[in-house]
Amino acid sequence: MSIPFTTQIINLLASILLLIAFAMLSQRRILSLIKLFAWQGLALSASTFVVAYSTAQHHLYYSAALTLLLKVLILPWLLHRLIHKLNVKWDVETLINIPTTMLVGIVLVIFAFNLAAPISQLSESITRGLIGIALASVLLSLLMMITRRKAVPQVVGFLAMENGLFFAATSATHGMPLVVELGIALDVLVGTFIFGIFFFQLRETFDSLDITHMEKLKDD
Amino acid sequence: MDAVGILPLDVLGGVILLWLVLGLFGLVLQNTPHLISSIIFPLGAIAALVVAGTGLWALGAAPSIAVLPLGLPDLPLHLRLDPLAAFFLILLGGASFGVSLFSAGYFRSMAGGMLALLCLEYHLFLASMALILVADDAYMFMVAWESMALSSYFLVTTDHAIPDIRKAGFLYLLVAHVGAISILLCFGVMQGGHGIGAYTFAAMREAHLSPFWSSIAFLLALFGFGAKAGVLPLHVWLPEAYPAAPSPVAALLSGVLLKTAIYGILRITFDLLATQLWWWGVLALALGLITAVFGVMFAAVQGDMKRLLAYSSIENAGLLLVGIGLTVIFHVYGKDALAALSLTAALYHCLNHAFFKSLLFIGTGSILHATGERNMGRLGGLIRKMPWAAALMLVGVLSISGLPPFNGFVSEWLLLQAFLLSPGLPNSYINMLIPVAAAVIALAAALAAYVMVKFYGIIFLGQHREKALEQAHDAGIWERIGLTWLAIVCVVLGLAPVFVVQHLDQVTRMLLGHGLGNAAAGWLFLAPVDIERASYSPVIFLSAVLGVMLMTALGVHRFYHGRLRRGPAWNCGFPVQNARMQDTAEGFGQPIRRIFEPFFRIESELPSAFDTHPRYHGRSDDRIWFALYLPIKSLTEKLSSRASLLQHGRIHLYLTYTFATLVVLLAFV
Amino acid sequence: MTNNASQTLGILFQLCQSLLVVALAPLLTGWVNQCRAWLQNRSGAGLLQPYRTLRKLFHKDAVLAYNASPLFRITPYILFGCMWLAAAIIPIIAIDLPFSPAADVIALVGVFALARVFISLAAMDIGTAFGSLGARREMLVSFLAEPALLMVFFTSSLISHSTQLPHIVGTFAHHEFVLYPSLAFAGLAFVIVLLAENARIPVDNPSTHLELTMIHEAMILEYSARHLALVEWASNLKLLAYISIGIALFVPYGIAEVGNWGVLPLAIAALLVKLALAGAGLALLEALLAKMRIFRAPEFLGTAFLLAVLGLLIHFLLGA
Repeated sequence: MSIPFTTQIINLLASILLLIAFAMLSQRRILSLIKLFAWQGLALSASTFVVAYSTAQHHLYYSAALTLLLKVLILPWLLHRLIHKLNVKWDVETLINIPTTMLVGIVLVIFAFNLAAPISQLSESITRGLIGIALASVLLSLLMMITRRKAVPQVVGFLAMENGLFFAATSATHGMPLVVELGIALDVLVGTFIFGIFFFQLRETFDSLDITHMEKLKDD
Repeated sequence: MDAVGILPLDVLGGVILLWLVLGLFGLVLQNTPHLISSIIFPLGAIAALVVAGTGLWALGAAPSIAVLPLGLPDLPLHLRLDPLAAFFLILLGGASFGVSLFSAGYFRSMAGGMLALLCLEYHLFLASMALILVADDAYMFMVAWESMALSSYFLVTTDHAIPDIRKAGFLYLLVAHVGAISILLCFGVMQGGHGIGAYTFAAMREAHLSPFWSSIAFLLALFGFGAKAGVLPLHVWLPEAYPAAPSPVAALLSGVLLKTAIYGILRITFDLLATQLWWWGVLALALGLITAVFGVMFAAVQGDMKRLLAYSSIENAGLLLVGIGLTVIFHVYGKDALAALSLTAALYHCLNHAFFKSLLFIGTGSILHATGERNMGRLGGLIRKMPWAAALMLVGVLSISGLPPFNGFVSEWLLLQAFLLSPGLPNSYINMLIPVAAAVIALAAALAAYVMVKFYGIIFLGQHREKALEQAHDAGIWERIGLTWLAIVCVVLGLAPVFVVQHLDQVTRMLLGHGLGNAAAGWLFLAPVDIERASYSPVIFLSAVLGVMLMTALGVHRFYHGRLRRGPAWNCGFPVQNARMQDTAEGFGQPIRRIFEPFFRIESELPSAFDTHPRYHGRSDDRIWFALYLPIKSLTEKLSSRASLLQHGRIHLYLTYTFATLVVLLAFV
Repeated sequence: MTNNASQTLGILFQLCQSLLVVALAPLLTGWVNQCRAWLQNRSGAGLLQPYRTLRKLFHKDAVLAYNASPLFRITPYILFGCMWLAAAIIPIIAIDLPFSPAADVIALVGVFALARVFISLAAMDIGTAFGSLGARREMLVSFLAEPALLMVFFTSSLISHSTQLPHIVGTFAHHEFVLYPSLAFAGLAFVIVLLAENARIPVDNPSTHLELTMIHEAMILEYSARHLALVEWASNLKLLAYISIGIALFVPYGIAEVGNWGVLPLAIAALLVKLALAGAGLALLEALLAKMRIFRAPEFLGTAFLLAVLGLLIHFLLGA
């Protein structure tokens, strides 16, 4: 086999990323959802690390460390705190039942893989083929946001989507400039805070985190 | 030309004539019904065997052609016996041999007049199916097709005193004619506007249609023949008509008639149309998958044994269509070996299904005879009363479940191999979707096993659910012979795939211009591509399992005492146990109903805990009937009530209509 | 070496493996039970307990229900035959066993299905409530597990371009080590299928005494003495066969070539180590998981199916 070992590891991590995206889609409990998100962050950080090692790009080491710090430690901790304060440990409610969601997910994966096929043919880098996986995880996270009824899983879906985008960036172009990455990291962090505030407001207004209540907000 | 001067086609013509004569003789003998059942039907069976033999003979021979001076002036009838027709003739002859023998016993107790009519229709039915296979022009084909449809309609409505059966027959006739119109239009498209001379198949082969018109022709054929095969959403007549028909007729409907539809699709797609397009294959594949899963899902929740088998026929029609679709895809992309493999799988499955489904259907006939019950919830424990029928039907059940070393497994194996070898097609979507399709096939196959365990377990095993079953008797001697023949063929088809596949080579070579070639590594191993890639040897498999079984049995009895006592069933020590505590047919299907709930239209009514006379009632209906057919029905009714406004009963007014129409036509055309 | 001699050697190897699996199967079950006992802080019945049980059962008088049909009596032998065949043709100590081409992976799935259909039919034969309940559940679990298993096989055959187990094993064992992400998915799916098909904990509980939760046990309630012994032995063999498939597909390293006597002891030692590890892993999984409601099982198995399909798709994308 001509594929270098590092690429094999990146491929494996990419697959794990996709697997976790699917696991999130099927998960019924918020706590496990956050745990899965943390694992996804870990896989992402590890893959960034390996890309950094194999291409000898030092700024990617920083970005791997940043991912580890932010997505494996800080964000899950924040979310944990949030659900403790909001006291929402109950099961996630889905709009569509889970097996159907999974089938839609499979279709999305096939779609994404085929969409990415011509792009990855262009790319000469070692990690071609990964764009498909990244695209698929983005689409799956979007699907999760669509199918969940409660606000917290939606935010986790949003964050997972960002993971997919980040993965696409590292795998296809070997990462963005560090400044951009820092900016995005900050954005995500701030976004989470804003979401937290939004949750409290939501609960105060409707006494629930069910976002279907927001339908009442429109003018009639 | 043969040295003797007799062609296979001549023999076949003779047999078809013989069938017609036998049918007419039946009418003459209507006052001596026992002669009809004990002479005419066995003679018909022998004729069927000759048909099968002729088919085998013609499979290796060059196509023989005949022009009959019959028919309309200047429109002679053309006949042609080529390998494709020969293969289906083998299937027709082989399956109907068993069914006819069974019929000799089954119809014994029927009243004379009815039996005479049935005998005529039955043999007419067989003859017209044989004619369909050898027809070489559209006119001949349609005549045979229509006479088959009509004779089978009368066969289905044999018990026309029952309103439900009349209804089922009407539905059957309706769908059959909608299908026939579509086939007629298909032939119209294919003759390509070359006028009246172009109605022969030979001319159609030469008419190179544009892709657009080819596609139209293919779609019309798929619709028309699909209606006959029970492809979704044209399947609704099938679960009504099969149970309504007497069991041997149902066996022929499912075992042979369904295959003539497959024959039609194959003939038009690969023989008459010069080019194929890849999306035909995808369409057929998708329709086939949906049909297969739908059929098996509904089979799992049925309580009537013949309805269950009818739905299982829908499943198998789906599988056949999947095979054809795969063949088209491979053929279009130039993967000849793979196309040959998947076509072989489809043809093999045709053959298998003809035999095991006929076996099961006539088996239900024996049960019906013995017990007068079609509802599985009132059967049970028949293995102790009907050991012959039980043992022979076990072969059918194991075959249809796709278990080695029986025949159903071989075709399933070939089909899955074809799926597995698919990568490398230029279209990446198809590349990824095909393995997923294979997963669906695997699901359908596994569900089929579920259905068959239910079918066999509820009917034959356990305790008698009704007292009356104590009086059940085993199948009679004719019935036994028919069942045994079909069971033996199932086993042989399962154990000798190498030979069968070798013979199928002629058909694939004719349709695709490419055969599987040497599909075997020695006579023992079936290896369609390469022994390194895949191989299967049912003989070794069977002998190994049998050897181990024998060794174990001997060993156990040699080294230990082998003592045996009989006692009441243990049942974990529960003191009260009666036949009512067993799973019913509904109970056995319940998990399927629950898992696939959105696909059914479920009505159920559960008793409350305090009911003194608790009653349970549950129905799982087809959503398609309600979503598609009822709207069509009400639309038709609405339109026809509008049309009835024109009807006054006054002859002058009618003449005025005619006059007005004439004037309008003259003015504009 | 002449062709003839290598054929004789092949048959010797085949014989060797056949005897080994049939002798080893109860030991594996004993080992899994022992590990489980240790994990649950019990001392356990010892490694040899399954053998003692078999011996005891063979010595007893068989009791059959009055209405038991021949189907009921013949089923244990069929089960035993199928499972032995399955375990014997999976290449675990040597590649190229002469019987292996008789059944490739798809046929292997068929062998398991054949045994399953027969045990389900036998369970319905007596006509007790528990028997048909068990049969129904068994078929329920299997119709979901079987496609997943086939998909697992598909993934590995797409990589190795063959459905022949010896060839698959050859591809993985004798080439340079490559990480296959698709195989990782397939492996996960396979573990789930293994748990479900062998009546292991999240789906079924092999040591339950509560009839209403039983699947496999409910089917064999009416069997006694030598029939029960054969059924038990067959399920031991089935566990061994499944673990062997896992070993063959995912960790075939250390397997011997036919015709090479020297490495045979090494191959057997490697096999024993792998089996011991797999058994311990199985026990650990069972200790960690809790039994599911029966209608959770379809979802669990659906996950396996999904994983296998994902593995396939990833194989197409990454080519690995």
